[in-house]
Amino acid sequence: MSKQINVALIGNPNTGKTSVFNALTGLNQKVGNYPGITVEKKEGICKLPRGVKAHIIDLPGTYSLNASSLDENVVIELLLNKNDKDFPDVAVVISDVENLKRNLLLFTQIKDLEIPTILVINMSDRMAYKGISLDIEYLERKLQTKIALISTRKNKGIDDLKELITNYKDLSTTPCLNASSIDKNYFDNLRKAFPNQLLYKLWLVITQDVNFGKTNRKTIDDVSSFKTKSKTDLKRLQQKETIKRYQFINDTLKKGQTIDLASAKDLRIKLDRILTHKVWGYLIFGVILLTIFQAIYDWSSVPMDFIDSAFASLSEWTKSTLPDGAFTDLLAEGIIAGLGGIVIFIPQIAFLFLFIAILEESGYMSRVVFLMDRIMRRFGLSGKSVVPLISGTACAIPAIMATRNIESWKERLITILVTPFTTCSARLPVYLIIISLVIPEGRFLGLSYQALTLMLLYLIGFGAAVGSAYILNKVLKIRSKTFFVVEMPNYKLPLFKNVALTVIEKTKAFVFGAGKIILAISIVLWFLASYGPGEQFNNAERIVTEQYANVNLNEEELSQKIASHKLEHSFIGVTGRAIEPVIRPLGYDWKIGIAIVSSFAAREVFVGTLATIYSVGSDEEETIKNRMAGEVNPILGGPLFNFASGISLLLFYAFAMQCMSTLAIVKKETNSWKWPMYQLVIMSGFAYLVALIAFQILK
Amino acid sequence: MTLADLKRGQQGIIKDVSSIHIPLKLLEMGCLPGNLVELVQVAPFADPMYLNINGSHLAIRKETAIHILIETVDEQAD
Repeated sequence: MSKQINVALIGNPNTGKTSVFNALTGLNQKVGNYPGITVEKKEGICKLPRGVKAHIIDLPGTYSLNASSLDENVVIELLLNKNDKDFPDVAVVISDVENLKRNLLLFTQIKDLEIPTILVINMSDRMAYKGISLDIEYLERKLQTKIALISTRKNKGIDDLKELITNYKDLSTTPCLNASSIDKNYFDNLRKAFPNQLLYKLWLVITQDVNFGKTNRKTIDDVSSFKTKSKTDLKRLQQKETIKRYQFINDTLKKGQTIDLASAKDLRIKLDRILTHKVWGYLIFGVILLTIFQAIYDWSSVPMDFIDSAFASLSEWTKSTLPDGAFTDLLAEGIIAGLGGIVIFIPQIAFLFLFIAILEESGYMSRVVFLMDRIMRRFGLSGKSVVPLISGTACAIPAIMATRNIESWKERLITILVTPFTTCSARLPVYLIIISLVIPEGRFLGLSYQALTLMLLYLIGFGAAVGSAYILNKVLKIRSKTFFVVEMPNYKLPLFKNVALTVIEKTKAFVFGAGKIILAISIVLWFLASYGPGEQFNNAERIVTEQYANVNLNEEELSQKIASHKLEHSFIGVTGRAIEPVIRPLGYDWKIGIAIVSSFAAREVFVGTLATIYSVGSDEEETIKNRMAGEVNPILGGPLFNFASGISLLLFYAFAMQCMSTLAIVKKETNSWKWPMYQLVIMSGFAYLVALIAFQILK
Repeated sequence: MTLADLKRGQQGIIKDVSSIHIPLKLLEMGCLPGNLVELVQVAPFADPMYLNINGSHLAIRKETAIHILIETVDEQAD
């Protein structure tokens, strides 16, 4: 068997690079991370003609090889490092037929690296619509490459591309222009100093400060025979280089491409007149957001009910089928109950990811960025902060990664710091169960109080994010260059395959990520609640029996008293009661305290934790909600979950920073523990304060 | 005049870009001397500005636009 061909897909954002990747690999793909950084690494296997296989990497989108973000750096580091196991045998540059001119800039840079390169011209189905015709033969000659004219939408040309990849050895590695003529002297000296190195690679190392092989910026500076230039001079040279490349591209396209403007239609301009309008634009955006939230709740209620009852019967079935004992209890009460708490949210999370994927794929998200930039800037944010704030309603982790394209460090940092305030899907389980316990069922203007409360909590989340951004903007003394460039891509009907793959991938990551934590925590909790130190726990039976010797209790009541006495003196009970003084002013008992503490691993653990604690503490099979409703406040009497303590809990969860994964991602993205620690302390401190005030006023 | 003075629907030719204030990324997207630029749409307070530069559709802030010198197309015809 011959070896796999390494293929790298490279291209500008919005050229349909991911569609090409999906078309080549289908479901044979996996998403991981580059080692040490959180940049997504997408790779897959493609079957080529004659039994050959290709290993395909979908590199992050970039406008050029001059990197300005972590994502773009990945592209350069791979292309400069011949020893990387993923170093491409062939580079496939994806371009969009409507933006050929701009897309070719990156292409000419890749060609300078002397890697065999194929040019894919995507979205060819739109050529007639746009009045574009191409002289492929001329372009191939001029650009020293082979061209695959494809349309992922119409599924055309993919086989041609596969054929070209298979025969990659026939591709030319000659650069298509001589960029070094921008400063002949300088580049001649550079060549003399490093006769064995590729000139363009050296140039990239000098301007980017990246490593390749053993050569880095310092080794170049250290060679005395070569004098490098100042930063300003280098930037001027880069500008000259860009102009030079565009001259070549313009000359090439003048002959190779004809655009008949008379037959060109432009839907974008017409749509943008309305969608980015001063009044209509905002109105439409508002309506879209409302529709999304409405749809998420309406559409997901049916599958959620189904999952709910499925897990209840699974737990029951386990209990009745397996022999009685500790393991069965652990399985039925700890693990299945805990997992059910996360699986039930799959429908809502999937819908949320679905809508976000559609907004991004269609090109509408850029319009939102445009509309919101001015408003967000008043709060120290960027228009681009809207994307993280919206996707933060699904999960803060991808949202924080989505801040990478914010150019100004200060705006980006503020966005990272405030994003965890938005109501993520992990808060939903907590909100939903507490709302159903403490908010009455009536209606106001046709809207249920419970739904209104939920909406209010979302608004509180956004308000907290924007408000704290405003304060941070005043407090943080960071001078950073602010500039803002956002591409307004053409509107596209989202491809079903792309959207579906995104939704499946993201939902899977969420469920498995959370599932692992919940599984671990429910097992640990179960053990801590089932075993305890000292006399009180070990002799619980005798102590309780003696204590109630004079009271007439039937057997069931007695065993319940014993169970709760045991729980109170188990490891978890001892810990819980130790922290109880801190949380009692908020209206919680030690069991809620334990649930809150375990929520710092991940918020959605709250419900599962209470489920585990309560099942250990009682023999009866009841739903978690009924059990919570039956809890009595040990000090004040009356139900533990009443209006005051419920509101206090809701507010606590709205503000507290309780997610270790988010803290970890913030550490990675800001490269310091300082910021996540600030988040943890300030957000949770604020949450405590607000919850305290709420309970003391309402009780 | 600068790009920030352009009115909605008006076109101009880029004359000069001050490379200290303009990020390389913007140049790479086609914001280079000699290229045609059209103001497609503005957000409230004329900021940010939605441009069509040499066939690339993009939005930039006003603070960046003031560093791009242009000549309007009808001026040039004179």
